[in-house]
Amino acid sequence: MRRFRVVLAALAAAAALGARAAEPAPRAEVIHWWTSGGESAAVKTLADAYRAAGGVWVDMAVALGEQARAVAINRLVGGNPPTAAQFNTTRQFLDIVEQGMLNPMDDVAARDGWDAFLPETVLNVVRVKGHYYAVPVTIHMPTWIWTSKAAFRQAGIAAEPKTMDELFAALDKLRAAGLVPLAHGGQSWQDNIVFTAVLTNVGGRELYLKVLRDRDPAAIHSEAFRQVLLTFKRLQGYVDKGSPGRNWNDATAMLITGKAGVQFMGDWAKGEFALAGQQPGRDYGCIPGFGPNAPYIIQGDVLVFPKTNKPEALRAQKLLASVVTAPATQVAFSAKKGSIPIRTDVDASKLDLCAQQGVAIMKDKSRHLGNGEIYLTPDQNGALADILTAYWNRNIPVEKVQKDIVAALRR
Amino acid sequence: MARRSRSVMRRLMPWAALLPMALTVLVAYLGTTLWSLRVSVSSSRTFPADDFVGLEQYERLFENERWLQSLQNLAVYGVLFIVAAMLIGFLLAVFIDQKVRAEGLLRTVFLYPYAMSFVATGLVWQWVMNPGAGLQEAMRRIGWTSFTFDWIVDQDKVIYTIVIATVWQAAGLVMALVLAGLRGIDAELWKATRIDGIPAWRVYLSIVVPMLGPTLATVFVLLFTGVVKVFDSVVSMTQGGPGTASDVPAKFIMDHLFGRANLALASAGAMVLLATVLAIVAPLLYARSRRRIAQ
Repeated sequence: MRRFRVVLAALAAAAALGARAAEPAPRAEVIHWWTSGGESAAVKTLADAYRAAGGVWVDMAVALGEQARAVAINRLVGGNPPTAAQFNTTRQFLDIVEQGMLNPMDDVAARDGWDAFLPETVLNVVRVKGHYYAVPVTIHMPTWIWTSKAAFRQAGIAAEPKTMDELFAALDKLRAAGLVPLAHGGQSWQDNIVFTAVLTNVGGRELYLKVLRDRDPAAIHSEAFRQVLLTFKRLQGYVDKGSPGRNWNDATAMLITGKAGVQFMGDWAKGEFALAGQQPGRDYGCIPGFGPNAPYIIQGDVLVFPKTNKPEALRAQKLLASVVTAPATQVAFSAKKGSIPIRTDVDASKLDLCAQQGVAIMKDKSRHLGNGEIYLTPDQNGALADILTAYWNRNIPVEKVQKDIVAALRR
Repeated sequence: MARRSRSVMRRLMPWAALLPMALTVLVAYLGTTLWSLRVSVSSSRTFPADDFVGLEQYERLFENERWLQSLQNLAVYGVLFIVAAMLIGFLLAVFIDQKVRAEGLLRTVFLYPYAMSFVATGLVWQWVMNPGAGLQEAMRRIGWTSFTFDWIVDQDKVIYTIVIATVWQAAGLVMALVLAGLRGIDAELWKATRIDGIPAWRVYLSIVVPMLGPTLATVFVLLFTGVVKVFDSVVSMTQGGPGTASDVPAKFIMDHLFGRANLALASAGAMVLLATVLAIVAPLLYARSRRRIAQ
């Protein structure tokens, strides 16, 4: 049976070759930083889908996002660009667009109907002045609240918290039971995740947009935002002494072993739970936010297509742009990556419980929000992160933090 | 005629041999320095821009608390690191110079840390100093329950952990250089001081150290450049944390160069760093060249 299938595949390949003898298969060299176990499994589904569509996938994995982007930009400037390069769904690639270094994918976007199925927040990132410069690959949600069922049982907490007050009550009980209430890695970007979670759940959608999108000084000086900052700082009181510098996966491991109760982290944390053989709902809980209207933060990855005059490269770019957004590719990729598809018109039943919850929430457009980097330049976002991490680690009066944030976002 | 062309050739040969190095210095060092200077007075973000914004980036730099803190950290780190590395390295060299047994083995052991990449050893230091997993936990397990060593998670003391780890690495190099200097000192000198009944410590302090002047100056310059570019140890041990408590200028510059797509601000930082180096090293080199001329 197996041999028969191999023969069949060879025949099909031969037929395909014959049909395409006139033009070579479109060859796509893709720079990306999907290098961890789950990530490379996910990128393999992309490569497979591209091959199935008749292309040749050339993998250029570069560890660490910063490095990979630096390689892509250097090759762009050097005149030897890859077919496609990964960026985050942020303003990271805006400078390259403005330099006229990318190929717009307008005809693919029109043919495949991107406007119809892409979330508005993502569209606003990939569409610059009416042209589509990037194809979204996946959506991550950075501010999930993870809970350890074992730790909750040990602390005698019956139900998962449904409000911020209940969360603090649970944290107190965890501490009373001698556990680490909040598993946190004290690194700037992780502090930032906690802040974003508090801003959405305590501050709400309006305040979030006023602060991060409009950079409105009045909103930053408001009482509501002051409460957000104070709640953020209050959470710091629940971390253990070993927290500074800890990696996020080490913090997740504390939940897995039942040593700690709660962690704020993106949905990539599911990969750690899965590796330890844990099931959502049975061994750990995932809370996307408090209340039925809690915002769902969107971040993720895109592929951009560097400018080229070679027709075969352009053909490869267009084929890739089309393959990436296909529903089947999306589900296969997300299932491995732990993220959710960029479109909600897919069969979510193959995804895990938490991702299914995410897809369901994504259907409600009023709950979409971009993460900070979608509204802020990398520079502004970095300056904000510096202030927040200083506030998290030191005793700084909240009024000074408000003033510093206004100054940092003014640029 | 033939003779003259041969002598021209002979005069040109050294210059031809020096040309590759001269070009490297001109293009790779001086050229890129000038390029950074140019970028630092522009509004460049991801790509170099060719506008001119005056000293705006420098103003912004010195309004930035993280930058100021990283400069302060560098000063504290630099003084402690250089003093400690030179002192310990010198003492190690003196110790080995006492004709101890197994000198070769000891020399290798002391020099070994320098041969390893700090990216790897920094990680080990991070584990050793982690209060939950390292030294503190080990001491508590063997019964010393009040033992506390949590500097690496302490805002005010974290910079000292970087000093400890990097001194461990650099002291061996100082030892090797100083030892070479000590071996260059004439044995007659020791005989003479022994006849005069001068204690050994006094000989070291009043005679040997001044004689080692050029060696120590070299050691200082080597350590100093190590201080200015300190980056890998911080990144592998603390990533600049907790918060920004162990941040250093090189890390600030790298963050802004790539992660934050702000070439101009990063270049301004690099220029400030270069100016600092020149301000300290240039007088030293000048003094040495004057002395050489005087001799």
